[in-house]
Amino acid sequence: MNREQSLVNETLEMVGDRAEAQVLADVGTTALTRFANSFIHQNVSEDIEQVSLTVAVDGKVANSTTTATTPDALRRFVEAILDTTSNQPIDEDWAGMGGPTEVVAVDHWDVDTAEADPIVRAEAVKAFVDAGEGLLGAGYCQTESRGHAYGNTAGRRVHGRFTTAVVDGIHQTPTSAGSGHAAGVALSGIDAGAVGALAAQRARDSVGALDTKPGEYRVVLSPECIATIAVFLNVYGFNGKMAEEGMSFVDLGEQQFDEAFDLLDSPTNPASLYLPFDVEGTPKRHLDLVKAGVTTSLLHTRRTARKAGTESTGHAAQGAEAWGPFAWNMFVGGGGNSVDELIAGVDRGIYVSTFNYCRVLDPKSLVVTGLTRNGTFMIENGEITHPVTNMRFTQSFVDALAPGTIEGVGDDARFADSEFGSTFIHSPSMQLGGWNFTGGAEG
Amino acid sequence: MFDEAGLAVQSALDAGAVYADARGVISRSETINVRNQNLDQMDRTEAVGVGVRALIGSSWGFAATADLTNDSIRAAGERAAAIALASGIVPGPRMEFADVPVVEDSWETPYEEDPFEVATSEKVDMLVNVTKTMQGVDGVAIATGTLTFYDTNKWFVSSQGHRIHQHIVESGGGYDATAIGEHETQRRSYPQSFGQYETGGFETVRAWDYEGNAQRIGEQAVALLTADEMEERETYLILEASQLALQIHESVGHAIELDRILGWEAAFAGTSHLELPKLHSHRYGSDLMNITADATLPGALGTFGYDDEGTAAQPVDIVKNGTWVGVLSGRDSAAVAGLSPGGMVRADGYNRLPMVRMTNVGLLPGSGTLEDIISDTDDGVYMSTNRSWSIDDKRLNFQFGTEIAWEVRNGKLGRMLKNPTYTGITPQFWGSLDRLTGETEWVHWGTPNCGKGQPIQVAHTGHSASPARFANVRVGVKA
Repeated sequence: MNREQSLVNETLEMVGDRAEAQVLADVGTTALTRFANSFIHQNVSEDIEQVSLTVAVDGKVANSTTTATTPDALRRFVEAILDTTSNQPIDEDWAGMGGPTEVVAVDHWDVDTAEADPIVRAEAVKAFVDAGEGLLGAGYCQTESRGHAYGNTAGRRVHGRFTTAVVDGIHQTPTSAGSGHAAGVALSGIDAGAVGALAAQRARDSVGALDTKPGEYRVVLSPECIATIAVFLNVYGFNGKMAEEGMSFVDLGEQQFDEAFDLLDSPTNPASLYLPFDVEGTPKRHLDLVKAGVTTSLLHTRRTARKAGTESTGHAAQGAEAWGPFAWNMFVGGGGNSVDELIAGVDRGIYVSTFNYCRVLDPKSLVVTGLTRNGTFMIENGEITHPVTNMRFTQSFVDALAPGTIEGVGDDARFADSEFGSTFIHSPSMQLGGWNFTGGAEG
Repeated sequence: MFDEAGLAVQSALDAGAVYADARGVISRSETINVRNQNLDQMDRTEAVGVGVRALIGSSWGFAATADLTNDSIRAAGERAAAIALASGIVPGPRMEFADVPVVEDSWETPYEEDPFEVATSEKVDMLVNVTKTMQGVDGVAIATGTLTFYDTNKWFVSSQGHRIHQHIVESGGGYDATAIGEHETQRRSYPQSFGQYETGGFETVRAWDYEGNAQRIGEQAVALLTADEMEERETYLILEASQLALQIHESVGHAIELDRILGWEAAFAGTSHLELPKLHSHRYGSDLMNITADATLPGALGTFGYDDEGTAAQPVDIVKNGTWVGVLSGRDSAAVAGLSPGGMVRADGYNRLPMVRMTNVGLLPGSGTLEDIISDTDDGVYMSTNRSWSIDDKRLNFQFGTEIAWEVRNGKLGRMLKNPTYTGITPQFWGSLDRLTGETEWVHWGTPNCGKGQPIQVAHTGHSASPARFANVRVGVKA
C-alpha cells in the first residue's frame, strides 16, 4: 500500500460511522525551472502531500483540504469538519457517494520523469535557449509526478499515478517574439531544442511586422489557438452545470459544428495524461462530445448528473463545485492537411500562432475577446507574405466552428498550450472561413 | 514556526548558499457558496509548511515541504541549494540584492470580528436570504452568493537576521443574479464582480448592506434582457469606481511591475510598455492622474506589515500629475534597476516563490461627485461593474465589458444599455481622464484573484478608486 492509499484509509477510519465520507489523497512532487532573458531566474520544487475530505451528515455536506497529515493533525482536521456540518442546512442537491467500481487500467507514468532532478530540467532549458542564438529566451521546463488515491464509506477505492513534462517558451528579438510548446508523459520524449528552434524561427519571421486593418479574415489557427477554443467549449459549453442552468449553447443531437469537427475526452488514449478517474472516484471512459459536428454529450459530476437524471461521466474537479465539471483529457480530431496546405488554401487571410488573454463577453453565445501573440502573419495568394502586429478579436467561438466554416484540419495534432493550461488539450491546426478582428495594435 | 524556518535557512547555508530565507506558514480559508437558496459549497482549507529560498552565485533555488519533521525541513534547505546550483547551468548576470533594514518584529491586521468564529449558520443564512430576495424577482434564473475568509500566520527568517511574524486576516464576498434569454445571459453583481474583499474581520462584510441591495440587483439583471444594445461610437465614458479599480489593476498595476519591465515574466504574463530610461519623464496620463502603491492603507486588501522578503510595507508614488515616477519592486529587481526596494514581493502560500506583486495600487481622489460629472456631461455613457477584461502582453491594448450601462444625455442618466464594452490604448486612455470625483466616493476595492507566475500564484491586491470620466473613448465594440 502506498502513502496516498494509507492516508485515505487512515482518514476514513477516523471518520468511522459518524458520516458518509470520501477522501482524496494527493502525494508527489512538482518542479519547475523557469528562465527569462536566456538565464534561469526562478527554479522551484515542491513536495506535495494533501488530503481532501468530504463529509455528509444527514444531508449536511462540507469539504475540507489539508497539507497537515500527521496522525494528530489529521484527527483534528476530521473533528473540525464534522463539527462544521452541525450548523449547516441540508444540501438538497447532495448526490451521495458511489459504491465499489473498477477503473480502466492505464498508467501514464514515466519513471525518469518522476525522478527528474534540477540538472535534467536545466539541460532542457539550455537546449531551448541555445536554439535561439542571438535571441532572448524565456519560458519553463516542468516535471511532475503524482499519486492519487480515492476512498469512501460506500466501499469505493481507486488509485492511480501519472507523470507530466512540459517545455514551453518564447524567443524574442527587440521587436518580435515567437513561441514553442511541447508536453507529454515523459521529458525524454520532448526535444527541447526543437521547441526552442520553432520559437526562434517564429521570432525571426515576425521582425518588421506591419499594422493591418481590422475586419473579418479567413484564418489558419495553430494548435495553441484551437486548444484555447476547445477549453472555452469545455468550461462554458459542455459543462453539465452550465447546461442545467440554461447558460450553455449546447443542444444535444444537433449539428452545431462543422462536420470536420470532432471533440472527445479520453483517458485511455495512449497519448493521454493524468488519471482514469475523477475526484469523486468515478471512472472515466472515452466520451464523444462532438462527432462529425453533431453535439453528442455533456460532462457531468455526480451532482450535475443527479439533476440531469443521468450518470456522472467522471469529470468532477478539485474545488470546482461552483464551476461544475471539467475535462482533462480532451482531443480535437486531427485531419490530413499539412500546415503549408492549410495556408495554401487561403487567398487573403491571417495565420495566428497564439491567442492571448481571452475572456468571455457572454457565456451562452460564447463571444470571446482576446489578442494574437508571438507570431501573427498575413497570408496572400496561399503564402505567408509578411508578419503583422498583434490584433484584437471579438468572436463567438461557437460561430467560428459552425457548419460550413472549417476549410481544413491539420495533421499536426499535439498537446497545445491553451488559455487555461498546457497539458490537457490535444489539438491540430485548422483553417477557418472567418474570424472577426476588431482592433489593431493601436486600437 | 521560527524554529522550523530557521532550520531551513541554516540547512541551505550549510549546503553552500550565500543567502537564504524561509517562511513557515499556517494558513486557512473558508468558502461558502449558496446557489438559489441552497448551500452549494462549504469548503475549508488549511496549508501548513515551510518554503526556503537559497542564493548561490547568480542563481536562486526554492524548495517547499509540508512535512515539518527536522529531517524533512533540512532536506528542503539542501534541495533549495541544489536547485540553485543547477540553475547555474544557464546562469544570469551577477545577482545583486538591495539592502533593507534587518528587522525583528510582529504585525497583525486590525480586525473586530474573527470571521472563523462567526456562526456558520449566520453566514449561510445571510447568503440564503439575499439569494431568496433576488429569486423573488420574476425572471431571475440563478442567484448566487459567496463569502470567503482567509487567516494567515507566517514566520519569516533570513540569513541576514530577519525574524518577522505576521497575522493577516482577510474577509469578503458578494452575490449576483443572472437572467437568461433565448440567446444571451445577463448578470448583475454586488458589491462588484467576484465580490469585495478587504483586510479585516467579518465587520467588513456587514458594512456592505447585502440585503439592502439584493432586490435592485435582481431587477436590473432582468431589465437588461430587454434593454437596448450599446451602439459603437466614440464618446465620453464615465466609469463607476469598481470598474475603474480593475482598469487601474490591468493597465497600471501590472505595467509597473519591475519584473515585467525587466523581462522576467515575458513568456507568460508578458512584459510592459514602460521602459526604465523613461522613468520620471514618460507621460502616463492627464494631470489628474496620481497613482500610489501603498501597502499601509488601513483595511485595503493589499495591506500588510512586511513583504515576504522582510521589507517594510510603505507608500510609493507611481504616477504623479500624469508622469510615471515609480515601480513595484523587490530586493533583487530593485538592485538590477538601481532603485530602492519597495517591499512588494509576496508569495501565495508556503509552497510558492515570492515574486513582485501589487500592494494597493490606487488612483488618488479628485473633487466633486459622480452626480456632478453626470450633470456636466451632455452626451456620454456611464458603465458599471466588470463583466470581461482583456489586455495585451505589454498592457497597452485593452477591452473591457461591464454588466450594465446607461446613456448620459443633457446631464442626466437615460436609457439602460446592455452588453457595454469599451476599448483603448493605455497612455491615450489615461491621457483622456478629465474628471475625477472626490474622497467621499473613494473606495478601497479589492481584487482577490490576480494570477501571475509559473507555477501559477494568486494574489490579493487593493485598488482605491472613485468614479471618473474619460473623453473620446471607443465604446460598444461588437462581435
